[in-house]
Amino acid sequence: MTGFRLRSGGVVDRTRPVSFRWDGTAFTGLAGDTLASALLANGERIVGRSFKYHRPRGVVSAGVEEAGAVVGVGRGARHEPNAKATLVELHEGLTASGQNGWPSVRADIAQFNDLFGRFFAAGFYYKTFIGLGRGTAQWMFFERFIRRAAGLGTASREADPDAYEYVHDFCDVLVVGAGPAGLAAAEACASAGLDTMLVEQDFALGGALTGAAEGVGMTPAADWIAERGGPRDNLRVLTRTTAFGLYDSNVVGCYERVTDHLADPDPALPGGRIRIVRPRRVILATGAFERPVAFGNNDRPGVMLAGAMKTYADRFAVAPGDRVVLATNNDSGYATARTLARAGVETTLLDSRELIGTTEIAEEARAAGIEVMAGYVPVEARGARGVTGLQVGRIAGHGHARPETTLPCDAVGVSGGWSPAFNLVSHRGVRPVWDPDLACFLSGPLDGVGVTGSAAGVWGTADAVAHGEAVAAAAVEALTGRRRRRKEPATGGWRNPIAPLWEVTVKGKKLKSFVDLQNDVATSDVRLAAREGFRSVEHMKRYTTLGMATDQGKFGGVVGLALLAGALDQTIPETGITTFRPPYTPVPIGAFAGRARGQHWQAVRRTPMHDAQAEGGAVFTDAGLWKRAWHHPETPAESLADGYLREARAVREAVGMVDVTTLGKIMVQGPDAAEFLNRVYVNGFAKLPVMKARYGVMLRDDGIVMDDGVTWRLGEHEFLTSTTTANAGAVMAWFEELLQTRWPELRVHVASVTDQWAGIALAGPKARETLEGLLAEGDVSDDALPFMGIVETQVKAGGGTVPAMIARISFSGELAYEVWTRSDWGDALWRALAHEVRMQGGAPYGMEALGALRIEKGHVTAAELDGRVTLEDAGLGRMASTRKAFIGNVLRQRPHLQRGDRPQLAHFRPAEEGERFSIGAIVCAPDGVRGHGEGWITGVTAAPALGGWLGIGFVRGGPKAWEGREVVIADPIRGRETRARVESPHQYDPDGSRMRA
Amino acid sequence: MLRIPCPFCGPRDHSEFTYGGADVAYPPLDADREAWFEAVFLRDNPRGPHREVWHHSSGCRAFLIVERDTVTHAIGSVRLAHGPAADALAGERE
Repeated sequence: MTGFRLRSGGVVDRTRPVSFRWDGTAFTGLAGDTLASALLANGERIVGRSFKYHRPRGVVSAGVEEAGAVVGVGRGARHEPNAKATLVELHEGLTASGQNGWPSVRADIAQFNDLFGRFFAAGFYYKTFIGLGRGTAQWMFFERFIRRAAGLGTASREADPDAYEYVHDFCDVLVVGAGPAGLAAAEACASAGLDTMLVEQDFALGGALTGAAEGVGMTPAADWIAERGGPRDNLRVLTRTTAFGLYDSNVVGCYERVTDHLADPDPALPGGRIRIVRPRRVILATGAFERPVAFGNNDRPGVMLAGAMKTYADRFAVAPGDRVVLATNNDSGYATARTLARAGVETTLLDSRELIGTTEIAEEARAAGIEVMAGYVPVEARGARGVTGLQVGRIAGHGHARPETTLPCDAVGVSGGWSPAFNLVSHRGVRPVWDPDLACFLSGPLDGVGVTGSAAGVWGTADAVAHGEAVAAAAVEALTGRRRRRKEPATGGWRNPIAPLWEVTVKGKKLKSFVDLQNDVATSDVRLAAREGFRSVEHMKRYTTLGMATDQGKFGGVVGLALLAGALDQTIPETGITTFRPPYTPVPIGAFAGRARGQHWQAVRRTPMHDAQAEGGAVFTDAGLWKRAWHHPETPAESLADGYLREARAVREAVGMVDVTTLGKIMVQGPDAAEFLNRVYVNGFAKLPVMKARYGVMLRDDGIVMDDGVTWRLGEHEFLTSTTTANAGAVMAWFEELLQTRWPELRVHVASVTDQWAGIALAGPKARETLEGLLAEGDVSDDALPFMGIVETQVKAGGGTVPAMIARISFSGELAYEVWTRSDWGDALWRALAHEVRMQGGAPYGMEALGALRIEKGHVTAAELDGRVTLEDAGLGRMASTRKAFIGNVLRQRPHLQRGDRPQLAHFRPAEEGERFSIGAIVCAPDGVRGHGEGWITGVTAAPALGGWLGIGFVRGGPKAWEGREVVIADPIRGRETRARVESPHQYDPDGSRMRA
Repeated sequence: MLRIPCPFCGPRDHSEFTYGGADVAYPPLDADREAWFEAVFLRDNPRGPHREVWHHSSGCRAFLIVERDTVTHAIGSVRLAHGPAADALAGERE
């Protein structure tokens, strides 16, 4: 007989049947069931197949440590692989299926792997496929077959249809886990007036108390839970919420499942929420994991943890069978035995402790109708597809068991002791401490974090409640100073000491005993790892894959390390335990992304002139977060290549305009503003006259060029500094750092005004006439506004006039102006100026034409100033002042940075007309296309005025070193080599007469 | 997630801050090359307390000198990097 639903009891709703489908067959469960409890109630035993041998797997636990019932849930895009059936809340229409079996987990043809098990021991793949002679080629051939046969569930290839969100929570105390200790702690904190949060991963509160007959003191369990878990003002209770990580400063990451359990969720609800909780104190009442014992065929469906049997009977009213054998080495097995006996299950209890037979606890069990077999251990489970019996035996000399009789049974419950779940503390790097009396690791201490209940090694319910209250009192005292200390009950609490039992072996007989049920790691694999020199527990884990399955060692990890310790003949604390890392249980990747997906991945910045340009047909490109006009097609059919050349020629021959709003702008104000800029820039700013602009370059501390831009002096104590678009944020932070950390004596204030100003560069021989058409007042003649001059005036825009600042600055190399106004008027300014430009036969231009013009003129941008380039490399060496100290001046003079054979700025022209080369190509000597070459290309364009193809970049020694010699521009990715000449980067209007016109 | 108690803004997540490395005393701009080389390139890598610079870049924009334990990540003292401002703030709180 397999599992069945008991006639009474449980906290399931017998009036609400729930239909679901398992592996294509319709079943019925009850509201309040998990998928695991519903499958057990329906008598389903084989619910999965193991990873390597495809051995049948049944439900082995009732919680997150589940290693057998690992299933696929949901369909289509909502299919979730590797779900633990013990955590899946049953709902109407739920669809689930077994994994890793074909055609199904019940009849899996790959089970023949099991027959060849001895070939699949730890390290099998490494030994068979990797190494000389055998070769990786063989592995590459076999890999796809092996991967197909060995694997867990398959993820959906569709996009996650669920939305997720982030919630930020703050509280005085966060209690993790709503078992007896957690509920008691939360109640005590809330009663003391603290803002308290209680999170519970389950959908029901109560932990092991849920549905239990025992209760707390005289209060029935259900009443006790309801009294404490009820909502109130300063106690927030969140179920279905897992604390998955404990981080620095005791920040706790939680994942709240919002709709997974609903048959027909409101589409407005998110699938789940990441809750980042920032409590002042944390109390962990995370419980403990019962440990299995390794014995022969201990992975057969029907073998499960004893405590899980108690949970299924108490909470879900499900019995694992008519006849059950329990095997224990500690007192907790007795509570399970009593529960099963009470439910009418014929129960035999093996207790490995020889002397238990005459104790009180054994007498009580016998009185309850339980057969107690003292000194007995499980040897080997019988039955191929599920348990039909259990051979038992007694421990003889040398620690081996002597097999005796076989007890017929439907299920076997095992308790090898309990391991506190201190995983969250481990996330913070705190090493646990082995307690030999309790035979378990206990959490090490951590500031601001209290551990209570069975997570602290306190086993009994009443003790756990008292312990929770004591830990809460300590938190209250720490936060309020109110002293209401209570004595913590001692750890442990069993009447008889535990007798450690990790594995049952029989002399001269090979038993197939498993420690990791998902990854098929047997006890023999652990010993093999030890023999082959994997002495560290971390190495053993990786070699055998013990603890690397989806339960992450929660089920068999401690047993595995105890076996390793035994094989190495050392103690368990000497062997240690692997470090637990977040997340405690899996969290959907989409939840971490939250709302930051699709177009919400990052912000989009548009200039105030964006819409006006878009209406004109502009095509935009990304520059960081900014959208910038790439080109302005004259007709929809005009290509980028045709368009940018037309735009650039308009600038060279008539007039063009470009949106330069994205340039970084920093207001530098104060009596020491000039002194500050003098220290920051390589060139002088102290003597810059008011209403004049100057190009400046700044270095990093190490003497490498950081950024460049034009600074306007607007007053004696007021400068407007511009930066490149890309470096706006970095330069602002740099100014703040210098003023706050290095030069606190300077009376200077800096403010970013990038978003406050909108600007247009107007360039071309007809720029002045164009600008004059825009002026409402003032004068922009060469006398009134000479090169690098600034005027403040009014321009005609938006049907009226708007104030504007105009500076005569040129990036293109033509007569050019920058016109700036308040951001609000940027749109009107663009429209007004665009009209004037068209009247003069000009055109708006975009980034591509801007690049063409500056490459031709030989001006550097961020493409050249890439963090490796010195002033001299960029051809700007003469700008450095010799009369003042400035940032980077000392280290820029390091001998290696002053060598004449460093790569220097140059123009490159194909030797044969019609040839081209690309950005990123390597400049090589004609006989040396290899290695890093002699330089590199940073920009290319069809040259609007000079004609032909033109590149800008760097070459060793600069143009002078290559006079009379050609280079080869190599593009190995495209398989192209182009012969080219190196030329001076200053060949378009070298004396600057055009921009000074 | 480190929580850094900013003197202006209170305890805030470290994701609001930009890490600025060790708190280094930079030499005068006209100091010799050795002094600058040491300040720019040579760093200790202590195990334990570490004085470092954090910029509250998504907050009040203050540069802070933070004492952080490199082993436990515990935050010790936090003060404004701007000495006179730090003194003024301390005076205000007295």
